[in-house]
Amino acid sequence: MNQVSPPTAEQCVDVAIDYMELDKIIEEEFGTDKENLIMILQAIQRRYNYLPQPTLKYLAEKIGVAYSQIYGVGTFYSTFSLEPKGRNIISICLGTACHVRGGERVRERIIDTLNLNGKHTTGDMRFTLEGVRCIGCCSLGPVIKVNEDVHGRIGSDEVEKVLEKYE
Amino acid sequence: MKIQSKADLEKINREYSSRLYYPDTTKVLVGMASCGIAAGGKAALEKAMQDFPGGNGVSIRQTGCLGFCEVEPLVEIAATGKPRVIYQKITEDKIGDVINSYLENNFKKTKWILGQVRDPRSVMEDHLENPLSKVEPLEKIPFLEDTPFYNNQVKIALRNCGYIDPDSIEEYIARGGYFAFLRALFDHKPEEIIQIITDSGLRGRGGGGFSAGKKWATCARHHGDRYIICNADEGDPGAYMDRSILEGDPHSVLEGMLIAAVAIGSSQGFMYVRNEYPLAVKRLVTAIKQAESYGLLGENIAGTDFSFNIKISTGAGAFVCGESTALMASLEGKVGRPRAKYVHTVEKGFRQNPSNLNNVETFANVPAIVSKGAEWYAGMGTEGSKGTKVFSLVGKITNTGLVEVPMGTTLRNIIFDIGGGVLKKKKFKAVQTGGPSGGCIPEQYLDLGVDFDELTKIGSIMGSGGMIVMDQDTCMVDIARYFLDFLEEESCGQCNPCREGIKRMLEILTAICEGNGKEGDVELLEELGDMVAKASLCGLGTSAPNPVVTTINYFRHEYDAHIKDKKCRAGVCKNLYYYEIDAEACTGCRVCARKCPQDAITGEKKEVHQLDQDLCIKCSICYEACKFNAVIIK
Ligand SMILES: Cc1cc2nc3c(=O)[nH]c(=O)nc-3n(C[C@H](O)[C@H](O)[C@H](O)COP(=O)(O)O)c2cc1C
Ligand code: SF4
Ligand code: SF4
Ligand code: SF4
Ligand code: FES
Ligand code: FES
Repeated sequence: MNQVSPPTAEQCVDVAIDYMELDKIIEEEFGTDKENLIMILQAIQRRYNYLPQPTLKYLAEKIGVAYSQIYGVGTFYSTFSLEPKGRNIISICLGTACHVRGGERVRERIIDTLNLNGKHTTGDMRFTLEGVRCIGCCSLGPVIKVNEDVHGRIGSDEVEKVLEKYE
Repeated sequence: MKIQSKADLEKINREYSSRLYYPDTTKVLVGMASCGIAAGGKAALEKAMQDFPGGNGVSIRQTGCLGFCEVEPLVEIAATGKPRVIYQKITEDKIGDVINSYLENNFKKTKWILGQVRDPRSVMEDHLENPLSKVEPLEKIPFLEDTPFYNNQVKIALRNCGYIDPDSIEEYIARGGYFAFLRALFDHKPEEIIQIITDSGLRGRGGGGFSAGKKWATCARHHGDRYIICNADEGDPGAYMDRSILEGDPHSVLEGMLIAAVAIGSSQGFMYVRNEYPLAVKRLVTAIKQAESYGLLGENIAGTDFSFNIKISTGAGAFVCGESTALMASLEGKVGRPRAKYVHTVEKGFRQNPSNLNNVETFANVPAIVSKGAEWYAGMGTEGSKGTKVFSLVGKITNTGLVEVPMGTTLRNIIFDIGGGVLKKKKFKAVQTGGPSGGCIPEQYLDLGVDFDELTKIGSIMGSGGMIVMDQDTCMVDIARYFLDFLEEESCGQCNPCREGIKRMLEILTAICEGNGKEGDVELLEELGDMVAKASLCGLGTSAPNPVVTTINYFRHEYDAHIKDKKCRAGVCKNLYYYEIDAEACTGCRVCARKCPQDAITGEKKEVHQLDQDLCIKCSICYEACKFNAVIIK
C-alpha cells in the first residue's frame, strides 16, 4: 500500500527515545494487548510524528508480536509513516467531491510551490504533503488541512498565501 | 443515578424535555459538527460565550449538524414563548448581533435567517404536543420545513442531529432515547425484536443492503461469544453521513447496538471508527461514559443480568478495512486483508466467534423502528427498500449537504429540488453514487426513484449514500481513472485479478487521459473489467470495474474524443486541450493576467488579452477567474 522510501540524509536525525515514556504509552493505555497494536502504533506516531524503528523493535518484544508483523502493519495502513515528517503537515483532500471541484489543480500548485518533485517532505523539513480521502467538509471543497486548520474553497491561486503562514 | 426501570427513564425524560422545549433562558445552539467547525462555528461559539458569559438570560450550547452544509455555520436561537429561528452563515463577527436582534425581537435582517421552526419534535415524540403550537409565528419568514432543502426530508436516522447537544445523554433521553432499548430488554423476547427488525424491511446502510433482521437471526443461531460490531469506517470518499450521526447523535448508535445485543445475545460490542474522525471518537467516548454512569452500559444493565460493554477502535487509513472480514482482522490488531467468506462472519468472525456487523446508519434506525413498530417503518419507501436513506449531496451542487429522504425519491428531486441544481448554473453531466464501487448515472435516468434495486439495475449501487454531482467541467474518463487510481492504492494486494487487473486498467486509462489512447482500448478495458469483477475475492475487486463500465456505457463519446480526436472537452486532461482567450468576450479586465503564475497572459487594460501557449501550464486559474467566460477550452 503506502510506499516506503529510505529516508534522506537530512531526515536521518536521530530521535532520542525515552523508553520509560514509551513503556507508559504501551502499558498504561493499552495493557500489552496484541489486539491494540494499531492503536499503540497510533499513540507512538502521535508522540514522535512517525514510527521510529527502535520503538517498533521494543514494541515487538514488549507485546510479543513478531517484528515482521509490526512492520507489516506499519506499512499496510496509510496513516503510518516510517520516516520523519515535516514540522507542518499539509493534508490535501483527494476525495471525489474535492476532485470534481479542482482538488488536483490545488495539489499541483502545492507540489510546484514547494518544489516537491516526487518527495513528500521538503528538504528543510518545513512541510510534509499527504493526500487524504475526504475529511467530511465536502461543502468547502476543495479543502486542504494544514496541521489542524481547515482551509476550504481554496483556489489554486491562494495556495502560496496560505502556506506562507506556517513556519 | 442508575436507571432501573422505565419510570426512572421517564423522570429524566420529563425533566429534560421541558428544559429542551421550554428553556428558562434564551438558548443559542451553534452547529458544531466537523463541517460547522471548519466553516467557523467554533470561533462563533467561543465569541458568543465571551459576549454572553451566562447569568444574563442567554445560554450558549453546541449541537450537531442540521445537514445544510452550504450555509454553515448554522445557529438556532430559541426561548420559551418565542419562535425558534435558524440563522445561516453566522461567523464570529455576526453572532453577537444575531443574538441581540433575537433578544430585541428584531427579525428584520432576513438574509441572516434561514427559517423558523414549525415543529421541533422528532419522529419519536408524537405523543407530545408541538411545543410551538401556541407561539405566534413570525411574519414573512418561511418555515424551515417548507424550504426546498427540507420539505422533502424525513428524518429518522438524523432525528436528533442539530436538535440536541451530542454530549448530553439527558437531551437524548428527552427526545425519547433509550425507551426502545428498555422495551427490548423488559417487554420483548429476543426473537420478537429480531422479528420486528425483519418485518420492518430494514436493509444494511453500509452498501450491501442485506436484511438486518436476517443477519441478526443468523448470528443469534450460532454459538460462542457473540459480538456486535459497528462499522464506522466510512471509507467512501465524499460520503459523511456516518460521521454526522456519530458527531450529532452518538447515543442513537449506542442504543441501536444495545438493542442488537439484547436480540442476538451479546455482551461485548466494538465500534470501528475511521482514523480521520477524531471528533466522532471524542463524542463517542463521552457518550459511552454517560451511558455507563446511568447504568445503561456495563454490567447488570438496568438491574437485570444483561451486561454489555462497548470498546472503540480506530482504523488507520485503509479503505479495504470497511469490508467485514478485513475489519475484523484489523480489530484483532492485524493487517486488514479480507478472507474468503466460505464461512460467514455471523458464524465465525472476530476472534473466530459469531459476529454481527452493521453500519452506523443501520444501527441509528433501530431504536426508531422498535419504538414505532415495523409497520410504520415499512410504510415508507419502495417495494424492496423500506424507510429512508441519508445521502451526502456533494460535488458541483448548489446546496451541499446531508439529506434524508424516503427510499424511492427521484434523483431529480434530490439534486434539483433539494440540492438546488448544479453549481453556478452549469450543465448537469452525471451523478456518481456508491463511491468507488458505484457508477456514474447520466441525465436520462434522473427520474429514477432511488433504492437499492433500481440503482443496481442501471449499473451503479446505493453504496453508503454518497452522491457526487458532476457538471460540464468534469471529464468522465478522468473520473474513471480517478476511481481506479484510488482502488489501485487501496487494493490489499493479496489476490491477482484485483491487484494486477486494476493496475492494467489504470495504465490504459492513464494512457488515454495523457493522449496515448489507442483504438481497441475501450474493448480491452471491458474485457479486463469483466475478469476483475468475476475473479476477485472481495467486494473491492468485484465492484472495482463499475466506474469504468458505467462511464463507457453512458459516456462512450468522451472516450472516443480522447482516443480518436485527442480532445478532452471538459478541460481536465492536460495534454488534450488548451486555453484560448475569446477575443469577442474578453473585456481586458486584467484579472487573469494578474493571477497567472506563469505570466503567460499579456495585454493592455480594456484590450483583448493574449495567452502564450508555450508558457501556460494549464493550472486553470485564469479559466476560473474570468468573469466573462472569455477563457475558453479548445
Ligand atoms: C471494500 C469495501 C469497503 C467497505 N466499506 C464500508 C464502510 O466504510 N462502511 C460500512 O458501513 N460498510 C462498508 N462496507 C460494507 C461492509 O462490508 C458490510 O457489508 C457492512 O458494514 C454491513 O453492515 P450493514 O449490513 O448494516 O450495511 C465495505 C465493503 C467493501 C467490500
Ligand atoms: S479483491 Fe482486492 S482488496 Fe479484495 S482481497 Fe483481493 S486483492 Fe484484496
Ligand atoms: S479575465 Fe477574462 S475578460 Fe479579463 S482580461 Fe482575462 S480573459 Fe479578458
Ligand atoms: S492556465 Fe494557468 S498558466 Fe495557463 S494562462 Fe491560465 S493562469 Fe496562466
Ligand atoms: S471529498 Fe474532500 S472533504 Fe469530502
Ligand atoms: S452541515 Fe453538518 S456536516 Fe456539513
